[in-house]
Amino acid sequence: MDTKRCVFVAVGGQGNLLATNLLGQAALANGIPAVVSEIHGMAQRGGVVESAVLMGNVTSPIVSTGEADVLVGFEPLETLRTLGKCNRESLVITNLQPLPPFTVSIGQGVYPSVDEMLELISKKVSKVISLRGNDLAEEAGNALSLNMVMLGALIGSGAVGISADSMKEVISTSTKKAFLESNLKAFDLGLDAAR
Amino acid sequence: MHKLLTDSPGKEMLLLGNEAIARGALEAGVSFATCYPGTPSSEIPEQFFRISQETDLYFEYSTNEKVALEVGAGAAECGLRTMVTMKHVGLNVAADPLMTLAYAGVKGGMVIVNADDPSLFSSQNEQDNRYYARLSGLPMLEPATTQEMKDMTVEAFELSEELGLPVILRTTTRLNHVRGPVKLGELKPFKTKGEFVKNPFKLVTVPAVSRVLHKELLEKYDKALAKSEAWPENRITGEGAWGIVANGVGVNYARDAVADLGIADKVRFFQVGCSWPLPKQKIVDFLKSVEKVLVVEELEPVMETDFKALAQENGITIPIKGKGVGGLSRLYEYDPGMVRQAVADYFGVPSKGKAAVDLSDLPALPGRPPNLCAGCPHRATYYAVKKVYGTETIYPTDIGCYTLGVLPPISMADFVICMGSSVSSGCGISEASDQKVVSFIGDSTFFHSGITGLIDAVHNNHKFTLVILDNGTTAMTGHQPHPSVNAEPMGVELTQVSIEDVVRGCGVKDVHVVKPYKLNKTIEAVKASMEYDGISVIISEELCPLFAKATKQFRKAKPFQVNLEKCKDHRDCINLLACPAMYLKEERVYIDKNLCIGCAVCAQVCPENAILPARD
Repeated sequence: MDTKRCVFVAVGGQGNLLATNLLGQAALANGIPAVVSEIHGMAQRGGVVESAVLMGNVTSPIVSTGEADVLVGFEPLETLRTLGKCNRESLVITNLQPLPPFTVSIGQGVYPSVDEMLELISKKVSKVISLRGNDLAEEAGNALSLNMVMLGALIGSGAVGISADSMKEVISTSTKKAFLESNLKAFDLGLDAAR
Repeated sequence: MHKLLTDSPGKEMLLLGNEAIARGALEAGVSFATCYPGTPSSEIPEQFFRISQETDLYFEYSTNEKVALEVGAGAAECGLRTMVTMKHVGLNVAADPLMTLAYAGVKGGMVIVNADDPSLFSSQNEQDNRYYARLSGLPMLEPATTQEMKDMTVEAFELSEELGLPVILRTTTRLNHVRGPVKLGELKPFKTKGEFVKNPFKLVTVPAVSRVLHKELLEKYDKALAKSEAWPENRITGEGAWGIVANGVGVNYARDAVADLGIADKVRFFQVGCSWPLPKQKIVDFLKSVEKVLVVEELEPVMETDFKALAQENGITIPIKGKGVGGLSRLYEYDPGMVRQAVADYFGVPSKGKAAVDLSDLPALPGRPPNLCAGCPHRATYYAVKKVYGTETIYPTDIGCYTLGVLPPISMADFVICMGSSVSSGCGISEASDQKVVSFIGDSTFFHSGITGLIDAVHNNHKFTLVILDNGTTAMTGHQPHPSVNAEPMGVELTQVSIEDVVRGCGVKDVHVVKPYKLNKTIEAVKASMEYDGISVIISEELCPLFAKATKQFRKAKPFQVNLEKCKDHRDCINLLACPAMYLKEERVYIDKNLCIGCAVCAQVCPENAILPARD
């Protein structure tokens, strides 16, 4: 398999670290060498959390600017903020539903219009998949399953050589039983949204 | 069963670097583990914490890193294999015992895990702790992959017992917090009790004894040097004339750079895995075999300087460079693109890289700094203190979640350098100026190193207020217990030490214990503290809501909402508290009922009493 560098970015609490952990496990289960990197600590304090999965013949655990094959953004402002990881040929998969930072909430900044952000992103990379991730998570029965929606979208895009069945197998064995049904449903909704 | 107790040698698992170290310790038969939590090392003791509830492994969260190392030293002197973990600044705290434990040596193998943090993701500095090996004379191993995080931990214990010296395992954030495939080895049985054998003329480091011990330490260095020359992870590969030297995570960046640039046949690659003692002869042979050398090491030019010295001693004059090539500097972490560019520049090959998208036309994006959680009691305490003391008072602060109080609009932090500095610097500032001083410190930090400063304040008659923010846990690093925590909900039996008893025991006469959600009473206590002529302590007690939820101690309360008719849009709530549960919609303030925990602080701040419990 060719080297694939996937960067995930989200707001603390949106669950991207679980998503990249599962993706890494799925890669391993498929015999694809993979490393997963994460920045811990500020997750629950509302800051930005970035993680990455690098698959194939690569041992570096982080993705330099311009080197992401895929950027998966759980929040549109953060997708835009992290866009420097991408190059012209990158695929960007982004949630369209904002989670304004508290700096905006207290009037210390203006949240750009989502349409404007999407337009900027679309001009800079060759392929964009956008979805209303939070709505899909609600539809799946659990607002917190946004990460499964986004993971589904990544698999659905075909950008990484991991099958939906294989990914769902990992979700089934590595996530809490109580959330399994909504997780799998969220995954499928994301999968369909990307195809 | 904890996943790291999986008894399947040969099985491959995706493990976090820190998990790999813990597994390595189990495969080495570790009996005893101590620590003070600190990012990026905290997940190591977290594994031991849970494993110690399933096996006879002894594990404790110690009061601070100095204590952790001393407790560990006691166990190692009894012949038990011991692991002590900490972040890089933690080794500063443990440096005193470290330096002389090197003289006294250990009986059971001891591995000290030191986690550096280039780019200071979660630290107050990015010091390069490779110097500690050189300073102490202790061997230092540096893994470069998740597999090596495990394997070199096992090797470290063996090396430690062969030399009778603690061995430092040095990691960085990008190794601790990376998940990679790890092939498991065999778990090793361990003993739970050892024996301290009396040997005062080796273990009591009075000058007459230490003079002999120092000589012995230097002899051990020679023994360690021989081992380093043959160390498997000091590996040289390739037959080219272009030498590249790398350590730690940089090994991966450099390897990938060589592959990407297609120059593998031109390169001779030296991975340094045992970085102290450096394998001198191996290095000299390497230098003789290449035409120029690029050293890829984050932070300080430690290896670069040593390689140059060895070259000089051996009449070798080839170029050896690291810092200053391309973007390679002493600041912050490296990344694959930067290393590839540096390799390309240094050896004069075209660099292949994909151009990043041009972001120059982006509008200014609003920042997303971390913030205290919705309902965090620290927010309430800061509000109360600021109401009484104002914005001109000097607020030394300390290290924990509450340090986020430096951000506007809270802006209640003026000086931090290390754990415990808030108390002692408060002594200094209040003595050296006429300004009012209120120091803030957390509960875990207070035990770590705030007590000595408080005793100083009492004994030397300093006059200021210390606020101890007691949220019942060591929050920022992941809710570990500390001496005053009720650990029962976490499933362990630990004796609680009362902060109030300690404060009074230090001789403080003016002590106020407050519940920060009750703003008026808290403000009254702060006023009384301000009036007191001497050292006054306020203990602000309220359980961290995240910790309470995780340990099922959370008392559910109705979320609050803004009554838009009563609200006159003063904005005190959002401007003074900036709780993340609040948001603006069409210029009116709303509260997100999914985030609000019902602490009612904003309700007490509102001058119109317009914030009320939500009706169903």
